[in-house]
Amino acid sequence: MSNRGSADLLIEGVGKRFGEVMALNGVSLQVAQGELLTILGPSGSGKTTLLKVVAGFETPDGGTVTVGGEEITALPPAKRDIGMVFQNYALFPHLTVQGNVSFPLEMRNVARAEIDRRVAEAIAMVELKGYERRLPRQLSGGQQQRVALARAIVFNPRLLLLDEPFGALDRKLRETMQLEVRRLQRKLGLTTIFIAHDQEEALVLSDRIAVMNHGTIQQVATTTEIYERPANDFVADFVGESNIFHGTVSAPGTVALDNGRTLKVASSLPAGRKVGVLMRPERFSPGGANAFVGEVLEAVYLGTSFKLRLACEGGMELLIRQPAKGSLPGTGARIEVGIEPDAIHVF
Amino acid sequence: MKGKPLSRRLLIVAGALIYLFLMLPILVVFPISLSSAPYLQFPPPGLSWQWYERYLDDPQWIDATWRSLYIGGATAVLALLLGVPLAFSLVRGRYFGRVLVDRLALAPIIVPTIILSVAVYGVFAKLKLIGAWYGLVLAHTVLALPFVVLVMTAGLRDFDRSLEQAAEGLGASRWRTLSRVTLPLLRPSLVSAGLLAFISSFDEVVVALFLAGANMTLPKKMFDNILMEIDPTIASVSVIQILLVTVVMVLIGRFGRGLRDSAR
Repeated sequence: MSNRGSADLLIEGVGKRFGEVMALNGVSLQVAQGELLTILGPSGSGKTTLLKVVAGFETPDGGTVTVGGEEITALPPAKRDIGMVFQNYALFPHLTVQGNVSFPLEMRNVARAEIDRRVAEAIAMVELKGYERRLPRQLSGGQQQRVALARAIVFNPRLLLLDEPFGALDRKLRETMQLEVRRLQRKLGLTTIFIAHDQEEALVLSDRIAVMNHGTIQQVATTTEIYERPANDFVADFVGESNIFHGTVSAPGTVALDNGRTLKVASSLPAGRKVGVLMRPERFSPGGANAFVGEVLEAVYLGTSFKLRLACEGGMELLIRQPAKGSLPGTGARIEVGIEPDAIHVF
Repeated sequence: MKGKPLSRRLLIVAGALIYLFLMLPILVVFPISLSSAPYLQFPPPGLSWQWYERYLDDPQWIDATWRSLYIGGATAVLALLLGVPLAFSLVRGRYFGRVLVDRLALAPIIVPTIILSVAVYGVFAKLKLIGAWYGLVLAHTVLALPFVVLVMTAGLRDFDRSLEQAAEGLGASRWRTLSRVTLPLLRPSLVSAGLLAFISSFDEVVVALFLAGANMTLPKKMFDNILMEIDPTIASVSVIQILLVTVVMVLIGRFGRGLRDSAR
C-alpha cells in the first residue's frame, strides 16, 4: 500500500456541521498532482475542518474526497497514505528522532534494512544528520519541525498536509522553513495542501491559493490573481492591504462611487452594474489619471516605504504607500496622489 | 533569621511541629524494634537485633509476609486490568450513565471498609472463598480500584490526543496506536496506579480480618500478634513494612506520576 507516490486530490461538495455551526458548506476543490495549494482563511473559516476531512479525522456529512482516482471519504486515516505535519508537530515524546521518523515505515511492516535506509535519507533531506538519537524535547522548535516533516514524507505519501506549521517559529526561522518546505515539495513533486491564516506566508509558498470564509471557498486562483484580481470584498480585504469602495458603473470605463467620487477604470463592465473597487496602497503614485488630494491623518515609517492614511474629499479615507524618499510627511500635511485606471481592480 | 517576617517564622515553626507530630510514631517504633528488653519500653534499655531475628526465624511471619506480597501484586495487576479500561471509558466515552459509573467507581472509598467487609464475608462464605488468597485479591481489588481510576483518569485528561491522531495518520491501527503511543506515554500513570494499588492491599487489615481465615496476611498477623503476645517483634515487623512502603513510594516518585497531579 505504500510507494504509490504523489497523487491529485479532488474534493466534491463536502459539508460538515457541528451542531448549529456550518463548518463546511458544500466545498469543492481540485489540487493537481505536484501542486502546492494553500487554504487561507481566518480562524473559524473551516480550513482546519477541511484538512481533517482530507486526513480522515473528521467524517463529512456529505460529499466525497478522491485521491488519485480512489474515493477515500470513508477510509480510516491509517489507510490513506497521507503525510501530515500538525500545528504542534505532534512528535512522539517518548521516541527519538530515529524512532519518530521510522514509525510510519514500521507501521507498514517495511523490512528493517529498508527502514534504516529510508529514514537516513529522510533525515538527511531535512538536514538533521547527527540528531538521530535525540528526543524531541532536546530539539529546538525549528528542528522539531524538520523531524515532523521527515516523518510525514518518509513513507512516500500520496498527499502532504501542513496545518499552520510555522506559527510557533520566530520570523527569521519561519522564512527559512518556508523556503525549505517549498524546496522539498518541489524536489519530491509532492501534492501539498498548506493551511495558513497568514496571507504573506501563503503568497510566498503557494502555486495557488484557496481563500475560505464561513465554511465556503471564496476564490481559488494563482497567487498573483488572488492579490491583483480578488473575487470579492472578503478576499480583497483578507489578502494584503486594501482600499475597497462600492459604486455603480455609470458608463463603460467609469465608476460612480457611493461616496460621490467618480473613478476612471480599465474595466468594460456595462453601465448600471453594482461593483466593488479595489485600490492597493502601493499602486498610488504622484500624478495619475485619478487624482486625490488628502490630509495626512497618520504617517508611519516602514524602512523601505511610508505608510500614510489620508482623509480625502467626501469623507473618503485612503491607505497609501510611498517609497521612503525625503522626510516623512507630518500629520495634517496636504498631499496629492493619483492612480492609473489599469491599477484599479473592479469586481 | 534576619529579614524574614514574623509570619514566615511562625509558618516554619508550625510546619516543623506538624512534621514532628507525624514522624513521632516512627521515631518511637524504630528504637523499640532494636530493644534488648522483652516488652515494649521507650526508651529501650539496650540495643539488640533479637526481634528481627525472631521475625526472620518464624515461618508464620515469613509466610504472612510472602502472602501479603503476592496478594498485593495480584491485586495491583487485577486493579489495573479493570481500572485502566474503566478510566478510558470514563474520560473518552460518551454513553448514558457515564456520570453514575464515575461516582460508583469511587464508592469503595466512601463506603466504610467494615461494612464492605461484612457484606463481602456473607457472599464469600456462600461461595466458599473465605481463607482463599484469591478471594482476598478480589476484595482488595474493589478497594484498590478507586486509586487506579483516579490516577488514570488524571493521566488521560492531560493526554495530548493529537499524538494518537498523528499515529493513525502515519498508518498505525487502533491497537498499535494504543500499544506503541498511548500506553507508553501513560507509563508514569500506570506505574503510580499499580504501586498505589499494591500498597492499598499490602497495608489492608480490616478486610483481611474477615476473609483471610487461617491464611494470614502480614497486617492480620500483626493484629493477632498484638492481641496474643506483646513483644517488640511487632515493632521490627513494622519497621520492615515501613521501609518496604517507603521503597514503593520512592519508586512512584521516581518513575510514576506525582500524586499531586492526580488530586485535581
